[in-house]
Amino acid sequence: MAERILMKGNEAIAEAAIRAGCRHYFGYPITPQTEIAAYMAKKMPKIGGVFLQAESEIASINMVYGASAAGMRVMTSSSSPGISLKTEGLSYIAGSDVPALVVNVQRGGPGLGGIQPSQSDYFQATKGGGHGDYRMIVLAPASVQEMASLTIKGFDLADKYCMTSMILADGTIGQMMEPIVFEDEEPKTYEKPWALTGTECKRPHNIINSLYLKPEELEKKNFDRYEKYKLIEENEPMWEEYMMEDADICVVAFGIASRVAKNAVVTARSEGIKVGLIRPITLWPFPVAPISAAADKVKAFISVELNMGQMVEDIKLASQCKKPVMLCNRTGGMIPSPDQVLESIRKVEKGDN
Amino acid sequence: MKTTQILIAGFGGQGILFSGKFLAYKGLMEDCQVSWLPSYGPEMRGGTANCNVILSDTPVGSPIITTPDVLIAMNTPSLQKYVDTVVPGGQIYVDSSLIDIKVERNDVDVFYIPATQMAKNEGIATLANMVIVGHLLENHPELSFEGTEEVVEKLVPAKKAALKELNMKALNMGMTYNK
Repeated sequence: MAERILMKGNEAIAEAAIRAGCRHYFGYPITPQTEIAAYMAKKMPKIGGVFLQAESEIASINMVYGASAAGMRVMTSSSSPGISLKTEGLSYIAGSDVPALVVNVQRGGPGLGGIQPSQSDYFQATKGGGHGDYRMIVLAPASVQEMASLTIKGFDLADKYCMTSMILADGTIGQMMEPIVFEDEEPKTYEKPWALTGTECKRPHNIINSLYLKPEELEKKNFDRYEKYKLIEENEPMWEEYMMEDADICVVAFGIASRVAKNAVVTARSEGIKVGLIRPITLWPFPVAPISAAADKVKAFISVELNMGQMVEDIKLASQCKKPVMLCNRTGGMIPSPDQVLESIRKVEKGDN
Repeated sequence: MKTTQILIAGFGGQGILFSGKFLAYKGLMEDCQVSWLPSYGPEMRGGTANCNVILSDTPVGSPIITTPDVLIAMNTPSLQKYVDTVVPGGQIYVDSSLIDIKVERNDVDVFYIPATQMAKNEGIATLANMVIVGHLLENHPELSFEGTEEVVEKLVPAKKAALKELNMKALNMGMTYNK
């Protein structure tokens, strides 16, 4: 077996990206994700790749757009305010149907906010952010190992569906170190017949564009894109279930919040409370199936989040409002303690919700 | 299930994060599950630093420590801030050359080590952190002193090879303190 090494979450993303065959990184520094850029700056020149610190976030996302149009595996990374700046580019990338990997190591908002961990960009990531009808695949790692594995998965999904995959992490997972194992795997490659690689006078020109002035044409583009999104909703949801078999309370949490919640679930179980955890790994597509199944068994859901309850809506939709959804949260860079989650679980158990 | 939650706190420049890294790597070597979480926020920019290290037999849940089993306090504000969070039966390591207050709890084991003075006497004032870590290893046989050299080897960059020996010296001083 490959060696267990200690690595920061941010570094794990960068190393995994390189292993996935990414040779183009464009970014602009911002806490708490700067280690990704630092790692790329160190490694890329040595392996014939490109590391470029652009003059702004807007420039960097458009460089991603360009490199992707040329058929490259390419990424950028930032944190909340920086991602807001990138959203124009994200919309253009969506409208042009080219793949990209974008990392958001979230910090508290809105505005410049703070630099402590947060999950307050859930709406922005899962419901759009930029203008127009579009989606991004959103992956939410809960460990340093997943920072790596979901980065690789993110590149594959982006290439497979020709769209953006976003890694939605937070400052804690970005900054913490944990043991991680990298398996020696060849990166998957995808045919990109649409890429702008030069025709050599042998084929018609490829055109990458998001401008369609005829509404009929633009409508068809949108309809076709949503057919693709439907496939993704059917085939790509990922989640983890923990102690859900006999649970009559279901905690739902992703990323760092899921780890805090897991501690609380373990303690509550030791008190005889039948509680389980569903951890969405993909936030879009949202894992509707397990939530919907749980809605028929449990008496309530508790959403544990580092924001004002943005995921609550998705849980209500997925459960068709069959059961109440409580919120246990902190925001602005604060993190709920296992005790706070435990208190919520006890409250629901006692029925005073 | 055995889980040890170690909180290390002090000023920036005292090697708080480094000593945390050392313990995390030591844990990794002993086949523990480990997590290491630094403070990276405004408090760090303002001069104080802390670091959460968890060593466990089972996968680490939350990497954030609210009730440490072990507290290493390298300055007075850190001791004051965290002294009451330590679990009953836990351990507190105090750098008594920098902290002149006493811990007023009877339900924890307190180790006063004049680490900064000891390190200064040997001309390695910046390695007071490792003096304390050395003493901690002595009290935690599950981590054992064996293999520490390998860990130091891993952590000290090749360019600063001279520091390896000095780190070992500091660890040894801590281990034999009060013996």
